[in-house]
Amino acid sequence: MENILQLFVLLPLVGYLITLLIPRKNERALSIVSIFTVGLHMVGFFAFALYWLFTGQATLNYNFLELYQTEEFSFFLDFYFDQVSCAYMAVASILTFLVTIFSRYYLHRDPGFKRLFNNILFFYFGLNLIIFAGNFETFFVGWEILGITSFLLIAFYRDRYLPVKNGLKVVSLYRLGDLCMLMSIWLCHHLLHENITFIKMNNPLYLDSTLGHDYIGSLVVCFLFLLAAAIKSAQFPFSSWLPRAMEGPTTTSAIFYGSLSVHLGVFLLLRTAPIWEHFIWIKIAIGLLGLVTAVVASGIANVQPTVKTQIAYSSIVQIGLMFIEISFGWHLFALLHFAGNAFLRTYQLLVSPSVLSYLIHDQFYNFEPKPKKVNSPAMKRLRYTFYVLGIKEFNLDFFQLRYMWTPFKWIGKRLDFLNNRIFIYILGLFYVLGILMFIYDGRAHWELFQVLKYSYAIVGVVLILKAFTERGDAKRAWTMIAASQMFIAITIAFNEDVALGQIIIFLSGVVVSAIVGYVCLVKITTIENNISLNNFHGHMYEHPKFGLAFLLASLGLAGFPFTPTFLGIDLLFSHIHTHQFLLIGLTATSFVFLELALLRLYARVFLGPHVKSYHEIAYKSS
Amino acid sequence: MQVDQHHFDEAHVLHELKHYLPSQTPLKDFIHHNSLHAFQDMKFYDGIFKAGKAFGFQVTLQLNDFRRLYAIGRIKEAVLNKVIVDRKGKDQLEIWKNNVLSKGYDENDDARIGYLRANWKQHYKIDLDTLVHPLLFRILCSYLDQGIALSDFPATTNGFLSAMIDLERNSFASFFKTKRAKSMLLNGKPTITELLQIVVGDEAYFEQYLFDQHFSHRGWSGMVSIIGDQPGAILSPRKINLEELIIFELLLEIDALDYKFGSNWKPICSHVTEPPIDILAPVETTELQEVFKIWQDAFEWNYYDEALSGIEQLKKRPSSPAEAKSFQAIFCIDERECSIRRHIEQADKKCETLGMPGFFGVEFFFQPENAKFYDKLCPAPVTPKFLVKEYDVHGHREHDLLYTNRSHTLWGGYLASFTFGFWAIVRLISNIFSPKMSPAISNAFTHMSKESKLTVENKNPNDRENGLQIGYTIDEMTNRVEANLRGIGLIKDFAPIVYFVAHGSSSANNPHHGAHDCGACSGRPGSVNARVISIMANHPEVRNQLHIRGIDVPETTQFVGGLHDTASDMIDFFDEQELSEVNAKAHIANRASFEIALDNNAKERSRRFASINTKASLEQVRKDIRKRSVSLFEPRPELGHGTNSLCIIGRRSLTKGLFFDRRAFMNSYDYSTDLAGNLLVGIMRPIGPVCGGINLEYYFSRVDNYKLGAGTKLPHNVMGLIGVANSSDGDLRPGLPLQMIEVHDPIRLLVIVEHFPEVVLKTIQTTPDMYEWYQNEWVHLVAVHPENNQFYYFKNGAFHVYDTVAKQVPVVDSTLHLIESAKEMETNYIVDATQENLPIYLID
Repeated sequence: MENILQLFVLLPLVGYLITLLIPRKNERALSIVSIFTVGLHMVGFFAFALYWLFTGQATLNYNFLELYQTEEFSFFLDFYFDQVSCAYMAVASILTFLVTIFSRYYLHRDPGFKRLFNNILFFYFGLNLIIFAGNFETFFVGWEILGITSFLLIAFYRDRYLPVKNGLKVVSLYRLGDLCMLMSIWLCHHLLHENITFIKMNNPLYLDSTLGHDYIGSLVVCFLFLLAAAIKSAQFPFSSWLPRAMEGPTTTSAIFYGSLSVHLGVFLLLRTAPIWEHFIWIKIAIGLLGLVTAVVASGIANVQPTVKTQIAYSSIVQIGLMFIEISFGWHLFALLHFAGNAFLRTYQLLVSPSVLSYLIHDQFYNFEPKPKKVNSPAMKRLRYTFYVLGIKEFNLDFFQLRYMWTPFKWIGKRLDFLNNRIFIYILGLFYVLGILMFIYDGRAHWELFQVLKYSYAIVGVVLILKAFTERGDAKRAWTMIAASQMFIAITIAFNEDVALGQIIIFLSGVVVSAIVGYVCLVKITTIENNISLNNFHGHMYEHPKFGLAFLLASLGLAGFPFTPTFLGIDLLFSHIHTHQFLLIGLTATSFVFLELALLRLYARVFLGPHVKSYHEIAYKSS
Repeated sequence: MQVDQHHFDEAHVLHELKHYLPSQTPLKDFIHHNSLHAFQDMKFYDGIFKAGKAFGFQVTLQLNDFRRLYAIGRIKEAVLNKVIVDRKGKDQLEIWKNNVLSKGYDENDDARIGYLRANWKQHYKIDLDTLVHPLLFRILCSYLDQGIALSDFPATTNGFLSAMIDLERNSFASFFKTKRAKSMLLNGKPTITELLQIVVGDEAYFEQYLFDQHFSHRGWSGMVSIIGDQPGAILSPRKINLEELIIFELLLEIDALDYKFGSNWKPICSHVTEPPIDILAPVETTELQEVFKIWQDAFEWNYYDEALSGIEQLKKRPSSPAEAKSFQAIFCIDERECSIRRHIEQADKKCETLGMPGFFGVEFFFQPENAKFYDKLCPAPVTPKFLVKEYDVHGHREHDLLYTNRSHTLWGGYLASFTFGFWAIVRLISNIFSPKMSPAISNAFTHMSKESKLTVENKNPNDRENGLQIGYTIDEMTNRVEANLRGIGLIKDFAPIVYFVAHGSSSANNPHHGAHDCGACSGRPGSVNARVISIMANHPEVRNQLHIRGIDVPETTQFVGGLHDTASDMIDFFDEQELSEVNAKAHIANRASFEIALDNNAKERSRRFASINTKASLEQVRKDIRKRSVSLFEPRPELGHGTNSLCIIGRRSLTKGLFFDRRAFMNSYDYSTDLAGNLLVGIMRPIGPVCGGINLEYYFSRVDNYKLGAGTKLPHNVMGLIGVANSSDGDLRPGLPLQMIEVHDPIRLLVIVEHFPEVVLKTIQTTPDMYEWYQNEWVHLVAVHPENNQFYYFKNGAFHVYDTVAKQVPVVDSTLHLIESAKEMETNYIVDATQENLPIYLID
């Protein structure tokens, strides 16, 4: 029975691949394939779920695909099914099915019709991977897919400034969540000495015996899970991304940010409960986080004067309450809460344009000028304070910018000296030296390597930060990104006895992507002369093909799960040990900023309002 | 530069700004108007090119679009030649033809707006817009919010700035990050000039800076300006004006700069070396502009010429003898009623249809029973002195609990998740698979309760409320009925039943629903007007008075009001119980004819709707159309005024038998009853502002949907119940959304009047306002000579003979085949989209 699970995961992927082949103008075929795919998925899933429910509800596990195998490490995709998967999939399949039908009419004649249905199916594929994931690797593949489709859906109206800006903003936070996930997976590997499956995690004796060894390590793992969940579910202090994610068509905002995507933090907590349940501190942290979020977000929801932001914040409040429920161990109750909230917010978002006529009509008949509240001065002061804070979203957006991103930008700006050619030559020389040492020295000077690897890691990080803040030439930024990956590869090679094959797996994707991307940029530069990164150019308008190729190259370079690089990243991380805090810190930083620098580059060259004024261009404020 | 030009006149600049900002009111009312009304004192082309240069609007199609339209035959060579010869002379034909068809031009033209403020980014690497706009919009929206937020703005009594001062003074938190800006606000309101001295420095640049600032978010600035001028535009009153907005925005800018640079920044002018730009300075003429003029004219005349040729050809047909009419139906001039009139005439060959503005000459405020406010039911510029109240309503308004904002509180949301949440999914399923009318859908038929009674007659002049007279006296009623009937030439041969059919539009999930209702009723359904005018015309005392004034309405004739829902294609009538026995019987037969007409009308409309199979049975199509009007997922419940291009003022014989594809406003008028043109003045006065306004709003939203239109409506977010914006941090988006304009060919309105040219000339010259529309060419005007059938085109103050190029139009047996074989547009790109619009046909 467990081998049916793979069908649910693969079905959206097949649908997605088919829709890729259908011409852009053929709305009928695109929508029929999409609706059929999600419809079949829904029917199939419900048949399966009902059978499962009435036949003992045994937890299912299915080892789907072995991707890489060494003695101490195996990388495989694994599927799993339990009550939590069942509830999530039930809600997800109903909503996705309904919203796909809804979108068919809603999106009629939108130039992005095809893109939208592609994205829905790809998103759904990622979601299925997450929900049916049987181990963290599988989960993470889905998690990554969701991140990138989110960016593409938020920046759906790519010829305007705000969707692109907000797409980048959201993906930056998601990236931080990815990092938390990756770190916790990495720690788990080292704590448990294996690629653990969720089914194994359910065995309390097993976890007790292994986690018991390293209390602090385990606590950190749980904390990282919590952080990732908080980001994905827009909990305090990350809440402000959710209203800003509602840039795409109402239908996709409704399903992704109103319901499915935003509740994944809850899912992650439920999934990892067997690990964190052992720690009372984590339980308290989850409960407190939920409580603070519920209070703060309801303060913000209370003053929202726009329909979609109001729904976004009130959804966050409920998710905060779900966190509290989970911390108390009321998992089934939280699942019910999730389903209700997801349905309600999806519906409210879908009908949000109706609010204008409904409420105006209501006001027309029932308007009562509200009497001014007369408070004691202290109460008034308190009320006003909460009001102002609510409007300012408790400064959450501001603090994120200031304390999370500004420091890195500050560093990046200090790196302008790297624009000097001499430094480029020095770095090149340094790199060649590294390769030569790796090849000829064997590991004779092991101690030297241990010192040198940090230099290479630092250079990698420096390059990526420089690329992330580059305001000049796009080609230079691109080269630096590619180079930084090369430096990271050396770092790992020096760190311990890594099989050359693993390095090659990692670099194969990097090199191909780097070349493709570079060619795109050269072509664009030849045609358009200037592509400085100081502003958005919107070249997608005239060069959609280059845009697509460049996007794919960027994703490849970032190690998106369609290149071997993805596998490589995972492999390389497995070579960093738990005590190597500096090394993990450096590689992780480069990992976070890698995708951000790439998407920023892509956005600035290809997205946003077009630089040419011979046709209609959107205001920057729209 | 001279010294006196440096003087900054605050009041003057404010006035200028307001003039150029969009004047769209909050969305509860939708009044169509010329998006570039500020340039209407100039000739059309001069105005639009200046607007384009000043503010960066796209004001025509692109050169390439025109060339493709020519390549597919949408612009015919003969018409293009004629336009070039008219504009440039015969000897220049080849040169200019080459220019328009193949010469390369650089179409990139940078606007004048935005240069000064761009210096912040250039010299300080600071993006003031990103730092200031989101917070500013949020505060403005909260202040003006009409009922979305759970918690009201705490202080709203004495104006925006006072409220902000109150808030800042009595709160531990602040909107400002630094001290200077905050203390400037708290220590007495600073003036614009003072603040500009800090931010800009040199007085010569002040005006340019303010234009830059407000045209970076013209949506909000326009909204603030209009609410400042018309406080009644929102139901829950808010005091605010543009001056306050400017002061507050400048304070926020100072705050952002202080926060980032402390005291290390200087006014922007210290970094600027170029002289100030006069944004509204005259624009130099270019060859490219001439090319655009030729193309635009050719595109327009291509259609006009077809229409005139059709009329010319129709005139050659022998006219059928007059016979007794089964009924008369008076519709709104709205171009959407153009097709239903054709179908009703087909369904009942003995009936007669007429057209006039859909408020039917009765202007009043309407108060539904239990309503707290009045609805204005007449054209926007008119301020009525009368009030009509509804009473004796049975039944009550339904509510929809899923819309309650209580679900957004902590506990309310908690309960709602476990209850409404599961109800919501059931609702969503039923909404998708079987859409039905619900309280949240704006339903044209609920504007007034069918069973209610209205206070139409005023018997006591002291019966007044809030300065308005409740109902009309006999004399006032007679005046209106008489003016109506005379205006449309219906002064004899009355049928037993005369219908006044108003129109409205039901639509779901549509913040712009007002734009689909009757423009002559300030964007509302005209049902009350239709009913009121019928009650007046049926009044025995009014009949007596009419008799005295020379209009004999037979005693057996009765007037009946009705409402046509242009989205769902349904008609309902009011006060049917008042009909005499004979008429009641006839009415049943007439209703059947109306139903047939509606079936066919639905079919005709369905050809543009992808969700409906036009070839299906009439019954099925009708059902689908009705479903569509209540479907939440349908962003195009109907297509509104899309494709409007003609306005025909004359007898029905001028147009009966022509297929206009719902593109013509039609106002009945019989020149022979008004040889001196006295009535014509009243008829033509609203044509510019109403029909011209609609046409130009569609024109500009079509050519620049990003800046002058509202963009695609799919991501719209309702802001404070007053407007829509993209996402949470965006500027308000005035104008029409993409889904409304994609079928529209951006051409100006051609007004065709059946009368002697000299009378028409005299008529349009009666007021400067009316004359401006034609003299400045924002609408075109052609007079049809009623005796020699010659066309006269108005240009530069005089009428000139116009000979059609095409001479004739194709003939079809029936429209049915035409409708069924018509293709839907492949994409909404103009060259594809325009192919959906059918040419003029003569129906055999």
